[in-house]
Amino acid sequence: MNDMTKIEKVAAMQDIKITASGVQVHYGDNHAIKDVSVNIQDKTVTAFIGPSGCGKSTFLRCLNRMNDTIDICRVSGEILLDGEDIYDKRVDPVQLRAKVGMVFQKPNPFPKSIYDNIAYGPRIHGLSRNKAELDDIVEKSLRRGAIWDEVKDRLHAPGTGLSGGQQQRLCIARAIATEPEVLLMDEPCSALDPIATAQVEELIDELRQSYCVVIVTHSMQQAARVSQKTAFFHLGNLVEYGDTDKIFTNPEDKRTESYITGRIG
Amino acid sequence: MSALWLLIIILALAATGFILGRGRAVASVGGDRRKLHSLPNYYGFNVAMLALVPALLVLAVWVVIQPIMINANVSGHIPDALYSDAGQLNLIMSDVNRVADGLGDALRQGVITAEGIHTLDPETSDLRALLGSVGVAIGSDISADILTAARLLRDQSTTGQRAMTFVVLVVASLGFLAAMRMTSGTFRARNTVEYGVKLLLIGAASLAILTTVGIVLSLIFNTISFFGMFPAADFLFGTTWSPEGRGGSEHLGILPLLWGTLYISFVALLVAVPIGLFAAIYLSEYASRTTRAFAKPLLEVLAGIPTIVYGLFALTVVGPLLVNVFGADGLGWMQGARSVMTAGLVMGIMLIPFVSSLSDDIINAVPQAMRDGSYGLGATQSETVRQVVLPAALPGIAGAVLLAASRAIGETMIVVMGAGAAARLDLNPFEAMTTVTAKIVSQLTGDSDFASPEALVAFALGMTLFVLTLGLNILALYIVRKYREQYE
Repeated sequence: MNDMTKIEKVAAMQDIKITASGVQVHYGDNHAIKDVSVNIQDKTVTAFIGPSGCGKSTFLRCLNRMNDTIDICRVSGEILLDGEDIYDKRVDPVQLRAKVGMVFQKPNPFPKSIYDNIAYGPRIHGLSRNKAELDDIVEKSLRRGAIWDEVKDRLHAPGTGLSGGQQQRLCIARAIATEPEVLLMDEPCSALDPIATAQVEELIDELRQSYCVVIVTHSMQQAARVSQKTAFFHLGNLVEYGDTDKIFTNPEDKRTESYITGRIG
Repeated sequence: MSALWLLIIILALAATGFILGRGRAVASVGGDRRKLHSLPNYYGFNVAMLALVPALLVLAVWVVIQPIMINANVSGHIPDALYSDAGQLNLIMSDVNRVADGLGDALRQGVITAEGIHTLDPETSDLRALLGSVGVAIGSDISADILTAARLLRDQSTTGQRAMTFVVLVVASLGFLAAMRMTSGTFRARNTVEYGVKLLLIGAASLAILTTVGIVLSLIFNTISFFGMFPAADFLFGTTWSPEGRGGSEHLGILPLLWGTLYISFVALLVAVPIGLFAAIYLSEYASRTTRAFAKPLLEVLAGIPTIVYGLFALTVVGPLLVNVFGADGLGWMQGARSVMTAGLVMGIMLIPFVSSLSDDIINAVPQAMRDGSYGLGATQSETVRQVVLPAALPGIAGAVLLAASRAIGETMIVVMGAGAAARLDLNPFEAMTTVTAKIVSQLTGDSDFASPEALVAFALGMTLFVLTLGLNILALYIVRKYREQYE
């Protein structure tokens, strides 16, 4: 019995994709993230929930060093991706972001054709040897983004002409095209209507097969629907982290309970 | 009474109207301002407005029209024998005006009495010396005809002034009284004042538009009268510009000038567009907030330097510098300091803040989400700028460049000082050439007859420039507007 748990633990350790320990983030004088430590598993959807301004998006943006683009932001602590410190001086944030893709709150297709939107990443990183290969990557990404059938006849129409839900799936497909290992999604459905939201959620569930997905969401129902692990943030602290079922049915912390029952946030 | 005094009187009337109207409105509701339809000040403004505006309009129109009508009337009294064409009549009329003014001055200084003006006889008294003693110099002796006309002009002006004073005061009082009668607690003064404000704004807008129309019309009519004297085909397609030749052998072909204009503008844009654009990219994408805070205003100082200073810079610094390198001692391509290159380089420097400031605004308008999207895919900063930001901003940047181009085409002082005066069709950028604008200056600053083709050609040149820059501006606006919402 004891041996079994040990083996399981080792297996779980091997599955861990991202390890954050003692992460602190300051925006100027504002202490946005306070000593957050979390292990994020591979091939799992992890949801970050919490009230507005609790730091969940900030923490998400630490995972691919997007905060580097903000002058006043300072990050300390350690974040390991596959055991390697991503804040190490030798790590190129540009390379890191190719490995850790990101989908944003508002769909942000480039003012280019659908094809060029998808081909953007592969072209930058030189993932294809010729046009045929690139075509292949584009088709595969669009298929995995669950939007191929809707756009296959108008690959050269501008990506901005799609509907909101299609644009967001295009952005997800665009992130997939660079073959990342981790997909970060910052409230990917907050600008979408219920039908588009359902499509994107279904897509997220499929993506779990091959990626480590981290999603920030305002909607607790969404977290409950799509994630296996949930982390609850409050005022810059990671209050509770565990299996989604447990967080929603039997939270350990009072604050978590208050939040999921709608008393705070 | 002069127009200035009249103005002061109606302003005083309006001010009184404000106070009285306000008081009357408050009194009409027994001092309880809550019962008024509008705030008390609106009643005051209403009275002031009705007293002031119609009277001012009458005053303005009268001041413009009176001299025109009196001039027309008096010139009708000048014997036909004295002049043969409209130009001579104009000269005579300006003499008449000067004499009339002089008589007025003399009267004011007490050199002559009102009686004396009527009994003056040019045969017996030295009128010229008399006017000279009050500071009005007359070129020739004054004939009886001119004196009569001047007297007539004075009399009519005095009558006109009196009539104007009377009419303006009556209009002001009528407006004042009518507004006072309207004023009562239920009168909607607020709405009336609002309407008045709207009319004022419309007036300002239409004045600006009418002025433009007026300028264009004057260009068109003068151009037409130029083409009446000079064949249009020779002007538009002639390759020689030598206005000095008198008579039929004159060459007024615009092509060398147009070539010079376009060549210099091209060189200027070649300098301004890359530097301005790169500066804009640095400022908007790379520079830290503090750098941007002092670098951008500093760059825009360039835009505040008067073009004549740029001209000096071209003539005294850039020109000699170029001669050192490309002149007889160097490569031998350049004859003097003035050349297409000199003017083009300096004009390019002048245009840098134009391009950079406009492009910077446009680049900043590209949503941050675009950049985030690109960084999120692992693109570097320059890849993001090249492949996402610039394509998104391109229409706006094209618009900025076209605006800079129309600015370059219309530029005058730098060209006058830096490019020389020789109209030439040449490919060598180190040759002196000249532009349309520079030639407009030289055609009109001489002492040539205003009705001759040499002078009127300036209007045709101006018209050409106008059409050119207008076309560019319309194209720029069209491009900017067409693609503006692309990334929304």
